[in-house]
Amino acid sequence: MYKEYLTVANIVGPLLIVEKIEDVKYAELVEIEAGDGQLRRGRVLDVSTERAVVQVFEGTAGLDVERTRVRFLGRSERLGVSEDIIGRIFDGSGRPKDGGPAIIAEKWLDINGSPINPCARDYPSEFIQTGFSAIDGMNPLVRGQKLPIFSGSGLPHARIAAQIARQAKVLGKEEKFAVVFGAMGITFEEANFFIEDFRRTGALERAVLFLNLANEPPIERISTPRLALTCAEYLAFDLDMHVLVILMDMTFYAEALREISAARKEIPGRRGYPGYLYTDLATMYERAGRIKNKKGSITLIPILTMPEDDKTHPIADLTGYITEGQIILSRELHRRGIYPPIDVLPSLSRLKDKGIGKGKTREDHADVLNQLFACYARGKEARELALILGEAALSDLDRLYLQFADLFESQFVRQGEFEDRSVEQTLDLGWQLLKLIPRRELKRIRPEFLDKYYRT
Amino acid sequence: MKEGKIIRVSGPLVIAANCTGAKMYDMARVGSLGLIGEIIELKEDLAYIQVYEDTTGIGPGEPVLLTDQPLSVELGPGLLGTIYDGIQRPLDLILAKEGNFVTRGIEVPALDRNKIWEFEPLISPGEEVGPGDVLGVVRETPLILHKIMVPFPFKGKVIEIKGGKFRITEPVATLLTKEGFQEIKLAQNWPIRKQRPVANRLMPDELLITGQRVLDTLFPLAKGGTACVPGPFGSGKTVVQHQLAKWSDAQIIVFVACGERGNEVADLLLSFPELKDPLSGRPLMERTVIIANTSNMPVAAREASIYTGMTIAEYFRDMGYSVALMADSTSRWAEALREISGRMEEMPGEEGYPAYLASRIAEFYERAGKVICLGSDRREGALSVIGAVSPPGGDLSDPVVQATLKVVKVFWALDDRLANMRHFPAINWLLSYSLYAENLKSFYQSKVAEDFPDLRQEALQLLEEEAELLEIARLVGIESLSSRERLVLDTARSIREDFLHQNAFHVEDTYSSMRKQYLMLRNILHFHHLGLKALEAGIDLEKILGLPVKERITTMKYEPEEAILLDIYLAIDNEFKNLQQQQQKEVLHV
Repeated sequence: MYKEYLTVANIVGPLLIVEKIEDVKYAELVEIEAGDGQLRRGRVLDVSTERAVVQVFEGTAGLDVERTRVRFLGRSERLGVSEDIIGRIFDGSGRPKDGGPAIIAEKWLDINGSPINPCARDYPSEFIQTGFSAIDGMNPLVRGQKLPIFSGSGLPHARIAAQIARQAKVLGKEEKFAVVFGAMGITFEEANFFIEDFRRTGALERAVLFLNLANEPPIERISTPRLALTCAEYLAFDLDMHVLVILMDMTFYAEALREISAARKEIPGRRGYPGYLYTDLATMYERAGRIKNKKGSITLIPILTMPEDDKTHPIADLTGYITEGQIILSRELHRRGIYPPIDVLPSLSRLKDKGIGKGKTREDHADVLNQLFACYARGKEARELALILGEAALSDLDRLYLQFADLFESQFVRQGEFEDRSVEQTLDLGWQLLKLIPRRELKRIRPEFLDKYYRT
Repeated sequence: MKEGKIIRVSGPLVIAANCTGAKMYDMARVGSLGLIGEIIELKEDLAYIQVYEDTTGIGPGEPVLLTDQPLSVELGPGLLGTIYDGIQRPLDLILAKEGNFVTRGIEVPALDRNKIWEFEPLISPGEEVGPGDVLGVVRETPLILHKIMVPFPFKGKVIEIKGGKFRITEPVATLLTKEGFQEIKLAQNWPIRKQRPVANRLMPDELLITGQRVLDTLFPLAKGGTACVPGPFGSGKTVVQHQLAKWSDAQIIVFVACGERGNEVADLLLSFPELKDPLSGRPLMERTVIIANTSNMPVAAREASIYTGMTIAEYFRDMGYSVALMADSTSRWAEALREISGRMEEMPGEEGYPAYLASRIAEFYERAGKVICLGSDRREGALSVIGAVSPPGGDLSDPVVQATLKVVKVFWALDDRLANMRHFPAINWLLSYSLYAENLKSFYQSKVAEDFPDLRQEALQLLEEEAELLEIARLVGIESLSSRERLVLDTARSIREDFLHQNAFHVEDTYSSMRKQYLMLRNILHFHHLGLKALEAGIDLEKILGLPVKERITTMKYEPEEAILLDIYLAIDNEFKNLQQQQQKEVLHV
């Protein structure tokens, strides 16, 4: 039996201050019984000899100082896992939400995980074909990478994420594949969109969902992504599966963290977010990756909505420093009706170099990618110039580049929601566009590839 | 050993009571797990300890062991080729012991206790020696001779010294000092926060050759100098640092991956052993030490990691080597500092960073330098420091960047706009600077070519002029520019695309010798000079730019042979001569 404390002294925002405690440990899991007998859970954030600060996952609404009972459970938060976890839907704290039975745990895992030893890591180098030209051609994703989508409110990031989950495959291989979806603070409609999409395409059978919706306690969101990643680690490194983790929306997660930090009266960092936001995000994002001698992998796609589309916002900024690149969505492209509205120039995949080329995608991939980037950048500059001076002021060459940029957006970037382009199709499309530009301008492509592909 | 008692745990900060007599920056073992920590504040009998491992499960009442020793690194044979975490625990041993994930409370010695080294004495009994004097050598790797030095501050007469096979814990020599007998072992300890002493400091006046054209030619770093690489994410900062580690002509590389991405560290760890030293053909790891503390590893260890790296680098410098330390990224280190400071409820300065941020940064970079080492042979050593900063949103007004720029002499401004255009290395030629260019002038003249500083100056001027001309062209159209100005634009473009742009993933282009850099730049400027003359002679600009040799200039960087570069020079001469003759014929014809 655990000792019960009736010594709640203060309740501040999502925090309980419990006094006269004994033998309480840092980061311990806590069970809180409200006056009406309802159970909630929490975690120790700070502990000294006389008092403990407890963060309550379900929020403190309805708790009082007199009747609330607190039990310290002597262990950190855990997730029970077994093979049966695949195909299930859980709430943000890991309780079944699909009406099914609780998981009979084969083992219990600490949801905070441990850092992967850098020496144990294998470098991600297997190309994942997502079927999007703007990703496969320009910013290729590889297994074990963490590549966030920087979006804004009202942009179709959910549709893009669902399409990636639907189409993602490694060329020439049939392997065990699973999707883990962690939802933090998104609406019922958005969550339902994923569930329906997964159900329709049969993906639900190989998916695990952890859902914390907008009307559910914000503090619970601190656990949700960790549950999803713990589950992913189990699937990847115990069951040898290739796991794609989608976390949506990291902005709400960071806001929950800020709420707790504010309640603890911590000294805030930028825009009120706590100074440890970077470390906190890193302990989650860094759980993606590959391990030597293990078959499975974790590929992570966190989605975040940038307030006011501002990519220097701390959440986007710090995320960009931890993840290996980013896919940025553009409101301008979206307004012009281009789906997916991926802004190719500022998007980046840091791990592409070892994932593309001969034997992986195609020999000319790297050169074509660099050339398309250069031409599109020049085309966009020409477009700006034309806007100021009028198109007549452009040189003939610049006019060609302008035309290139237009076609690049309307043909290369744009595609259907159910259009699954192979990487060859994407590269051929790229060559088709490059033929607009005179050969001597194509300096980023090696002559042998120009000879082979530019003529035909 | 004295024992304190924990009274509070808040994340990586632990407060313990009953610690009277503890010293600042002493190491402590925290809790029943014995986690490693360091005392960072003392208040009466309370000690504030930052813990280098996750404190989950630690609570009040648990013991704290005060070791009475500052956090130190172990220095001796076996450092090279090892990959350490932030507090010098070898990660490969942790892997072997604990599996794929780093767990807590692991104790592994920094240097292999069982490995046997062949020690060869260089002095004989009876000689007087002082701190820094070389007693003998150990062939640590085929590339590096590890010098066994008399640890600071011992001084005295060698009573006994013997060659042969030793473990690092076994004494190889005995000194008779004023205080009595002193045994010298292969390894010594040094506290990480304390600068290792030197005899004299010198002005850096020798180029650190990196093989990267934009660096060596335009913005050079001297051996013993300091440089700062800022960069918004995605601007290719990491690739630049990896290139430096692979290609720079420092003898020892210490790479501190501080708060870095796990996958990038993995790349480093997997690619380094495969890389060959360009000079000897041996694996690069044989002259490299890596400190890897990824962003998800404990934050306090991240704070310590750059000092761990610095101390190891100083140790090799003391042997008389040229050492390059790369820290990527010092912003992550500063954030760790901020996080700890926040937990201690200190009054924050700018952006929440502690008020002592600038002085800590200055202190760190000041440990770089070209020096005369301790020891009677007065050998020279150099420690160059290249620190990366990653300011939020690429904003250079960030306190970490500003504090860094106040102390470093070279600034390599990475530019994401260039990266977007796939111009690599994306170092902005207008914003970057190097204060070593003057110091290095005689080096350039004697080691590269007499006219190299002039060519360099001209290239910089052309780039500057290009920026102005482009501005004019943007406002009033390119037609308004004269032929001369358009030739300047074309030459500047050639400098940018054919010279500065360098492909790190191309076998030939990834490294350019100084000779090649010189020849390339000379070709481009030779074309420019003859072009100017031809314009004066009344030849059309189109004809000049249409010369076939232009094509050869664009592919110059992929040419391995010096002869081809020289041949291009002659071809430029010939083609302009032909052009002139043609022109004369036409004039005659008219």
